[in-house]
Amino acid sequence: MEDLKHILAEHPFFSGLSPEHLAIIVGCASNVRIDTGKMVFHEGEEANQFYLIRSGHVSLQLMTPNKGPVTLETLHEGDILGWSWLLPPYEWHFDAKALELTRMIALDGKCLRTKCENDHHLGYELLKRFADIMMKRLESTRLQLLDIYGDRP
Amino acid sequence: MATAPDLQSLKIDYKRNPMLPWPFQIKRVKRETEDTFTVELQPLDDLKEFSFQPGQFNMVYVHGIGEIPISISGDPTKPHTLVHTTRAVGTVTKAMDKLRRGDILGIRGPYGTPWLVDQANGRDVVFVAGGIGLAPLRPALYEVVAHRERYGKVVLLYGTRTPSDVLFRQELENWRARFDLEIYVTVDRGMSGWRGNVGVVTHLISRAPFDPRNTSAFVCGPEIMMRFTAMELHKRGVDNEHIFISLERNMKCAIGLCGHCQFGSVFVCKDGPVFRYSQIKDMLVKWEV
Repeated sequence: MEDLKHILAEHPFFSGLSPEHLAIIVGCASNVRIDTGKMVFHEGEEANQFYLIRSGHVSLQLMTPNKGPVTLETLHEGDILGWSWLLPPYEWHFDAKALELTRMIALDGKCLRTKCENDHHLGYELLKRFADIMMKRLESTRLQLLDIYGDRP
Repeated sequence: MATAPDLQSLKIDYKRNPMLPWPFQIKRVKRETEDTFTVELQPLDDLKEFSFQPGQFNMVYVHGIGEIPISISGDPTKPHTLVHTTRAVGTVTKAMDKLRRGDILGIRGPYGTPWLVDQANGRDVVFVAGGIGLAPLRPALYEVVAHRERYGKVVLLYGTRTPSDVLFRQELENWRARFDLEIYVTVDRGMSGWRGNVGVVTHLISRAPFDPRNTSAFVCGPEIMMRFTAMELHKRGVDNEHIFISLERNMKCAIGLCGHCQFGSVFVCKDGPVFRYSQIKDMLVKWEV
């Protein structure tokens, strides 16, 4: 647990959290290991966790009728995976697959949701951090949609 | 195949008149991707070498079709061969795509400001390329690799549309195999079978290994990509003074006379195409410029 506390405290995502809030988060954390090619989660499954990738790569995929699984984004060491645990209906919107042996810290979203309802300061701190991730992913998606490489630079 | 003109009978001093193209013969055409190709050229007249600095461009004339600016993509330490890489997207480049070994092209140049790689001595160097933007950056990469000991960490972040659009594959593999270069490739759209990274190139910046306080960054690609890249680099801590970007505008004369490429107070052909980001940052987001 001390190891988890140290890792979480050092991670930029949790930087600036009070020791009390960090202790709550550490209490909801556990180590997970996903082997190469295995799924972290599937679209439509209940979303009750989010993950901090410690090593390895995870691809976010969407199953399409004609093309099969299409990778939308690859996540790496240090990245946060998953925010569907935060908002109803608490279901994954995409598939996540480990591209190689991937070690992560899983955070129990169900547990954290309850803690956030009881402690709005904690809820606000977490929402701010997830809003930042969502903003970056939205920005990336917009750039991808622009198909900027279609024109000459 | 076109026949080489009799240059002696023309009695033209190509070196004196900057508006006259020099005849170059295509020695090799290499297809890079479905719509991108590289031509290797050699001068037809007594010009033995074609010296240039990384980042400079030539005006390339396809006889009877037109003239366009294309950055030089070859190795500056090998001035005997002039190399251009371009996409077949417009009238001139589509005509150029049809040319073969032995055909003749007109070349004026080299023009424009270079990538200031010599000013990056002792610093980490980050290249960020988007799509065909890797071609104008390649000479600077050659230069840095040729004098590798002068620099700190050297990182290439390269983003393109799909795996089949990745340029200079063999070279990227060769560079990746070296222990003193960090090469990261990402695509906007992953296809089945692609095991590499998917996501925009700007996302690579936050985890790339360099010291932002001692880094020079050279960025080339679509303008939107360069703007977002510069913002990310700056967010990471790289000073705007040490971020260089290469602009492309409607260059015609290439010597600062015609004004076609005027961009605010500068002419891209002679004051650029390589600018410090700090110099043009504010102009990039003004529609009126």
